[in-house]
Amino acid sequence: MALKFPIYMDYHATTPLDVRVFEAMKPYFLETFGNAASRTHQFGWTAEAAVEDARETIARFIGASSGKEIVFTSGATESDNLAIKGVAEYYASKGNHIVTTTIEHKAVLDSCKRLQKQGFEVTYVSAGPDGLVNPDDIRAALTDKTILVSVMLANNEVGTIQPIQEIGKITRERGVLLHCDAVQGLGKTPFDVQAMNVDLASITAHKLYGPKGCGALYVRRSKPRVRLVAELDGGGHERGMRSGTLNVPGIVGFAKACSILMEEGAAEAERIRGLRDRLHQRLTAELDEVVLNGHPTLRLPGNLNLSFSFVEGEGLMMAIKDVAVSSGSACTSASLEPSYVLRSMGLDEELAHSSIRFGLGRFNTEEEVDYVAALVAEKVKKLRDMSPLYEMHKEGVDLKSIEWAAH
Amino acid sequence: MAYSEKLIEHYENPRNVGSLDKDADDVGTGLVGAPACGDVMRLQIRVGDDGVIQDAKFKTFGCGSAIASSSLATEWIKGKTIDEAYELKNSQIAEELSLPPVKIHCSVLAEDAIKSAIEDFKRKRAEKAALES
Repeated sequence: MALKFPIYMDYHATTPLDVRVFEAMKPYFLETFGNAASRTHQFGWTAEAAVEDARETIARFIGASSGKEIVFTSGATESDNLAIKGVAEYYASKGNHIVTTTIEHKAVLDSCKRLQKQGFEVTYVSAGPDGLVNPDDIRAALTDKTILVSVMLANNEVGTIQPIQEIGKITRERGVLLHCDAVQGLGKTPFDVQAMNVDLASITAHKLYGPKGCGALYVRRSKPRVRLVAELDGGGHERGMRSGTLNVPGIVGFAKACSILMEEGAAEAERIRGLRDRLHQRLTAELDEVVLNGHPTLRLPGNLNLSFSFVEGEGLMMAIKDVAVSSGSACTSASLEPSYVLRSMGLDEELAHSSIRFGLGRFNTEEEVDYVAALVAEKVKKLRDMSPLYEMHKEGVDLKSIEWAAH
Repeated sequence: MAYSEKLIEHYENPRNVGSLDKDADDVGTGLVGAPACGDVMRLQIRVGDDGVIQDAKFKTFGCGSAIASSSLATEWIKGKTIDEAYELKNSQIAEELSLPPVKIHCSVLAEDAIKSAIEDFKRKRAEKAALES
């Protein structure tokens, strides 16, 4: 099959809609467009039935005991905000301490920072050099004032899959609520809120071949019943936890995306893992000094985060502009700081600048992988021929021994 | 990030990539930047007895703007005297390549690299003169 350009390998950022999802959504834009909160006519009833059906599907997908535990939101950022700020506000009289990790998404970290300004205490547990959070570190961070622990299922940059089940045992034993940002891991690695003792979970449709702008927060209803203060005031939708007219087509698409994964997820993960490993092997066969960031095995099947030493990430991305990937390089961010995730894992800043995240997914092919591997290898070689650092490395100069003038 | 055509052209076809013998008397080397900051430029010049830059080479670790800035810098200083080259301003590079504001530091680095190479050459020349006198 002929290759189509540009090639998309940034599935952690977002995914295209699966056409089956699109087909499921279509009638809810055009014919059955009702407001799910309209109780007085058929349009509303149809929309409500579709939403309730979707709720049950999504609940089943994450191992929740009932659709009533699913609160629809506009996406993962809102879900993270609602979980953390909503719980903090509700349980403030019980305690003022939250435990999270340094590699969480900004939606979690910045929610915590805002709470700190309001007088909450937050402990940020570091991940190890492989991006893995040690459950013992979470245990050690707990105090009698801790009300919430928030740890992601899988990291968005390095794909490391966190030991949520072990962390869940600890939080349950200590009577502390556990929030899990499951956005990146859901559908790619097993996730079950019952088995893992998760009390709140943020999920979103657009990372699962569903539509953008539609997410959910799982809120446990029994053992324990989790309460939270709503962020938005209004019509009291979603059992008072999230006011606002429901995005019916989005919700229908979200559920369809989940049911496809329930059927095909396991086989798909294996196929994508095979492509990812092929890409990794081809690159390391062609190039020296390639560092794998994250955990070698406990990682998302589609994630390959590599540092091509002595080559700067944005410079490399410019050379492979027909391939959509992302980089932890500072040059890709407005802040001119390299990835906080890679730095907090203890990676040298230089390697963080050299990192490229390949995110493979449902629609990638072996031909694409082979093309990308050959292209990246060729361009890395070209840029290394242009890199003073690679030349010094080859001459045996220890780059760390040089006093660089930081600017 | 949207880059100008000139910048992309320099990035894709960089001029004067390579090395000169850093131990040669008539070669000045400037190494600026830091790996931790994401850009390092090495710019070298070969200077004739008349003070004219006969050749210039660079190697750069950095983003597209850094590579294009160093490529342009080497192109501009060739054939100039070291005094003329020392006057080259980063703003001229930034303007020529239409660098976006967050990339202005790449042109600053290129200016620093030129100055540093010229200073290295002058230091060598002074040392040589001292030895000969």
